Amino acid sequence: MALPSRTIEELRAPAERMRAVAEIAARHSADVDREGRFPREAIDALKAERLMAVMIPTRFGGEGLGLLEVAELCTILGQACGSTAMVYAMHQIKASSLVSHGGESPWHAGFMREMVAEQYLLASATTEGGIGGDLRNSLCAVEVKDGRFTLEKDATVISYGLYADAILVTCRRAPDAQSSDQSMVVVKQGDYSLAKTTGWDTLGMRGTCSEGFRLVSSGDAAQIFPQPFSEIAAQSMLSASHILWGAVWFGIAADAVARAQAYVRAAARKQPGSVPPGALRLAEVVAMLQDMKASVVAGVVRYEAALKSPDELSSIGFAVEMNNLKVTTSQRGAQIVTHAMLITGLSGYKNDTPFSVGRHLRDITSAAIMISNDRILSNTSNLLLVSRFDTSLVN
Amino acid sequence: MRDRIRKLIAERKVIAVDVDSLSDSADLYEAGLSSFASIQFMLALEDAFDVEFPERMLTRKTFASIEAIDRSLSELLTERV
Repeated sequence: MALPSRTIEELRAPAERMRAVAEIAARHSADVDREGRFPREAIDALKAERLMAVMIPTRFGGEGLGLLEVAELCTILGQACGSTAMVYAMHQIKASSLVSHGGESPWHAGFMREMVAEQYLLASATTEGGIGGDLRNSLCAVEVKDGRFTLEKDATVISYGLYADAILVTCRRAPDAQSSDQSMVVVKQGDYSLAKTTGWDTLGMRGTCSEGFRLVSSGDAAQIFPQPFSEIAAQSMLSASHILWGAVWFGIAADAVARAQAYVRAAARKQPGSVPPGALRLAEVVAMLQDMKASVVAGVVRYEAALKSPDELSSIGFAVEMNNLKVTTSQRGAQIVTHAMLITGLSGYKNDTPFSVGRHLRDITSAAIMISNDRILSNTSNLLLVSRFDTSLVN
Repeated sequence: MRDRIRKLIAERKVIAVDVDSLSDSADLYEAGLSSFASIQFMLALEDAFDVEFPERMLTRKTFASIEAIDRSLSELLTERV
């Protein structure tokens, strides 16, 4: 697809552009969900609105947006279509790794310029057969010879793999490296082939098309990030993931609450002078929503404070807080949407009313298992053997 | 002190490779030190040297090499005197 090139000055504010995309995403969300298909229309709209490379620094042609601004974009989109918003969030998580770790590497800097020009969609291949969702271990290894790399991976999940323009792949640093001694490689379309191994017929988040593939790739050795993946994971991926996922889930929850509120209002209008039965639950669920919002915002604030020091970013205390952000927002989101369903009753339970929250409910159930909360809590429990919670209100 | 650290690494099987094959400045994460093992190793160090790592030392860098651990421990032991 040919994209009109525009200077940054010609672009409207990112949130305004995202609201235009959200309208398109909302129009197709029911079909994307029903058919379990890629949200093509909304992703094309994101590219046309030039929202893919907003995080890329201005020196590489991007808009240099911070994580808070991108989180806001995810929330706007999340209110329209959970799957589209999750695709966008996962893409931005990959972009954040490039922004944080690619600036000094000429190849990655060039790739960022290309991302801006072409509005690439980036996917991620971390999950692997025999390893599962354990991000910090790999079986496959990248092999470098004469300045070229080869890499094969049994990637049991690559969300929207078939629709991506490039994939960031984790692997062992070399064939003789330990499983935790990992690298990350950017493979572009043309560098790789994908043979589908597993499908994606799921309860929710059906439009992310998170199928499994056998990935076979080769390319320039410069495509391998110069830093170890452990650093990338700790310094950009962990926080970007948990913040942007939280922002998507907040968007889903917020839309479910908006539907519940519309339902209660409609009931109130029909019976003037009396408070409808769902009103009390609505008050309760709005308080929960506010609490969820506070968690996401506090997470971003904490991240931005930590950004000032790489040591802080890779500290145990920070990891604990980011882990907790994920667990809390995923649980909160599910509670909120369930509550919205109780308020909207049968109208919410049905799939074809303005108050339907079935898609929201199914989408939000993914939150607890995309990187299982149990795995995260057990990781946190280990960290808490040495780390203490920071009890100050102002850091 | 470095010898005691090395002995602990070997005893607790903190990494899969032979600790004698590593220099004092070798990156322990590259040698396979996992996030889980690093915490368990911290606890072992706290026990062996009778110290408690303060929050500011709980970063990746502190435990990146035998040299780095030595530096942090020395700082804590000096503070105590």
